[in-house]
Amino acid sequence: MRHRLVPRHEVLSKEEAEKLLKFYNVTKNEIPRIKKTDPALKDMDVKVGDIIKITRESPTSGVAIYYRVVIEG
Amino acid sequence: MIVRKKICRIEFGLFSSKMIRKLSAAKIYTPNTYDEDGYPIEGGLMDPRLGVIDPGIRCKTCGGRLGECQGHFGHIELVRPVIHVGYAREIYLLLRATCRKCGRLLLSEEELKKYNPENMTKSQFNDIWERAIRVTDSEGSCPYCGEKQIKIKFVRPYSYYEGDDNLLVTDIKERFEKITDDDLKFIGIKVRPEWMILSCIPVLPITARPSITLESSDRSEDDLTHKLVDILRINQRLEENINSGAPQLIIEDLWDLLQYHVATYFDNGITGIPPARHRSGRPLKTIAQRLKGKEGRFRKNLSGKRVNFSARTVIGPDPNISINEVGVPEVIALELTVPEEVNERNIEDLRKCILNGPKKHPGAVNVITSIGRRRILEENKEEIAKNLQYGDIVERHIQDGDIAIFNRQPSLHRISMMCHYVRVLPHNTLRLNTAVCAPYNADFDGDEMNIHIPQSEEAMAEAEILMKVQECIISPRHGKPIIGGRHDHVTGVYLLTKKGVEFTRSEALKLTQGIIKLPKGKDKFTGKEIFQELLPRDFSIEYKGKLCKKCEKCLKERCEIEAYVKIKNGKLLSGIIDAEGMSGKLLEKLFVKYGSDVAREFIDNSTKLAIRVVMKFGFTISADDWKLSEKARKRIDELIEKAKLDVDKLIQEYKSGRLKIIPGKSLEESLEDYAIMDLGNARNLAGKAAEEDVGFNSAVIMAKTGARGSLLNLTQMSAVVGQQAVRGKRIKRGYYGRTLPHFKKGDVSAEANGFVTNSFSTGLTPTEYFFHSMGGRESLVDTAIRTARSGYMQRRLINALQDLKINDDGTVRGDSNVVVQFKYGEDGIDPMKKCYLEIE
Repeated sequence: MRHRLVPRHEVLSKEEAEKLLKFYNVTKNEIPRIKKTDPALKDMDVKVGDIIKITRESPTSGVAIYYRVVIEG
Repeated sequence: MIVRKKICRIEFGLFSSKMIRKLSAAKIYTPNTYDEDGYPIEGGLMDPRLGVIDPGIRCKTCGGRLGECQGHFGHIELVRPVIHVGYAREIYLLLRATCRKCGRLLLSEEELKKYNPENMTKSQFNDIWERAIRVTDSEGSCPYCGEKQIKIKFVRPYSYYEGDDNLLVTDIKERFEKITDDDLKFIGIKVRPEWMILSCIPVLPITARPSITLESSDRSEDDLTHKLVDILRINQRLEENINSGAPQLIIEDLWDLLQYHVATYFDNGITGIPPARHRSGRPLKTIAQRLKGKEGRFRKNLSGKRVNFSARTVIGPDPNISINEVGVPEVIALELTVPEEVNERNIEDLRKCILNGPKKHPGAVNVITSIGRRRILEENKEEIAKNLQYGDIVERHIQDGDIAIFNRQPSLHRISMMCHYVRVLPHNTLRLNTAVCAPYNADFDGDEMNIHIPQSEEAMAEAEILMKVQECIISPRHGKPIIGGRHDHVTGVYLLTKKGVEFTRSEALKLTQGIIKLPKGKDKFTGKEIFQELLPRDFSIEYKGKLCKKCEKCLKERCEIEAYVKIKNGKLLSGIIDAEGMSGKLLEKLFVKYGSDVAREFIDNSTKLAIRVVMKFGFTISADDWKLSEKARKRIDELIEKAKLDVDKLIQEYKSGRLKIIPGKSLEESLEDYAIMDLGNARNLAGKAAEEDVGFNSAVIMAKTGARGSLLNLTQMSAVVGQQAVRGKRIKRGYYGRTLPHFKKGDVSAEANGFVTNSFSTGLTPTEYFFHSMGGRESLVDTAIRTARSGYMQRRLINALQDLKINDDGTVRGDSNVVVQFKYGEDGIDPMKKCYLEIE
């Protein structure tokens, strides 16, 4: 999915995901979610429980990074 | 032990009739409440078994006294069952989804096998519902007993018809009793459906519907009691009629009446039936009305409560108190108290307070010792003062320097509530410094405000550190000062710091007395020299003030109009201080560099000084300030005439099709845009011309320094009012082909479409006046709608965001630590602290 209006979505590797959860001291239940059927994930190979890293343009900070965990749906 | 668990789900259920009877402390059967002697009747609505509301009586059920016994439910046996209006829709759905004869779900065994009743999704439930209902609606037959189904009609709020026949509630109940528990699992119903039909209703304890005794010793009953009396009365009549074998028609009428009363007992606001009324014609407030809406239990009593240690009255201005202070009238100071613990430093002062008693100002009301709380009275105050010990707590009147939280509604921001130091003053209004009007959006045309007195050391410290006025000088919205000198303060400081203002030493001393110290050994002071005494010794800043004309090449210090402010090491070298200084860049830098104390002092002192200066010089505006010379008038008329011709030309172009279309707009819209642009330009040019003509008088000073008013206001008064608009367009509405009957049909000229050629001082023609009123009315309506709409939007937003907070790691988290944002605002910057990044 490549389009200038769609921010970049990437799947985090297992290690990265663990590091992230440890860094923020959160469980997967406590971070924002994204449905597996979300159009942004269409061409990606994702499983439920994967963490998606979203890199967006931000009016305040230039680039903002956001994480979402994939849920059923 | 603290049990930390998460609520997984909440289930709501229904009481069965059996359960209602089981919960009941008394069966209520008579509509009479009291006998001739005024004692409550057994079996009446005021049955003593339902609880106590009178002091001194013990409850017949639990033996508790008033306050101990929370009351007990009773019940009424209905002669005929009625529908619970809250479930009327569910009853309708269920009637259609089940067989009229055998009560099975209208879906065959095979189809149901596709679903697992233990694990169903919402869409599966909906699916089953829809398919089962479709059978009845299409008059199909039951897959189990083969019975042909008949269409059911629902007439709101509580009647059902099968075909043309009225479905009796008893029949509905019978049908529901036949529905099996297994079938219910497939449609997600977890209660017995017949519980939606009431054959007995609970009677609220009398503590929930207390009667009040009026002065005339008459009793006045609660609305709910009245409603229950109605139910009982009809119930009794219905029973009598049934027993005497009255015709079915009469019984059904009474039955319907009973249904009406039971329905309005739950909710007296159902559409389709008239609300039950009190004898006086006032609609009764029944159960739903008690809970619902702004005045209901939730919004009135639970989300928002009345509090102690607060006061409210009209506000008034006091430029002589600090912005950190609030003037509290003595009468209020006599009512509000703070607890203070006795120690060796304050024991003498507190003793004096106690000796003053509760009715003289720095007094005290209560003393809390190890024994307990004692009220200070005239009789015992000396004894209490004598026995005062360290560690006791004295609840003394508020005094100068105590902490108060000051608030003005609507509290739209954090700065609608700020912490002030109390200053007890004579007279009856709460006083605030005019520089803090801006954050509260307060004026003195009758506004009222509230104060709250924090009651613990923690609360006081928290309020003082986090919400003191001087800490709120910088607005969290844009990171610039919101508190500071304005209006006359700006004018005053302008008059002080402009070129050629000089004072003798005695004049200067008069101005600065009690505010700042002047340097010794100087006999003459310029205004700038006086102003710079307000600034710290090592303060330097350079900025362009409000007066700046934005010339292409800035002359800096040599600016002709002194718009360029240069301060070096506490010396005001050049420039006039205007609104940008009093509540803009200068104040912002003071705050950032020296902290809130210095900024507060600057505001306090500069405003005081400025007021003295305006009073010394005097400052007036009059109609002459916008009187134009003959020449300027002519020039303006020419400009407007030219603009009108331009519009005519545009119309010519439009008609001949030569008009250039603005991308994304139609030809007509483009014409409108061009016309509005031309006429707007004409007004701007006329304004410039007028400005040049009137010179630099008081009105212009106010507009240019940012004290009050704008150049547009002046233009409208002296030169031309300009185009009036409704819905963002020139005025086009009114009659067929024209705006007013004063014009010819199809008149496209500027005047016929709401352009006002005159100025407010020359006076508007009747048609112009009408157009102006149209524009004025629109803006009036808009503000009314805008406040209502934005208020509701704000309410929903605040409700949704109220428990989000920013954690130490910069994440924004909600309830139970759910991350909402990984970095606050994506950059982790507090807009209130943003200025620290921007300055140096």
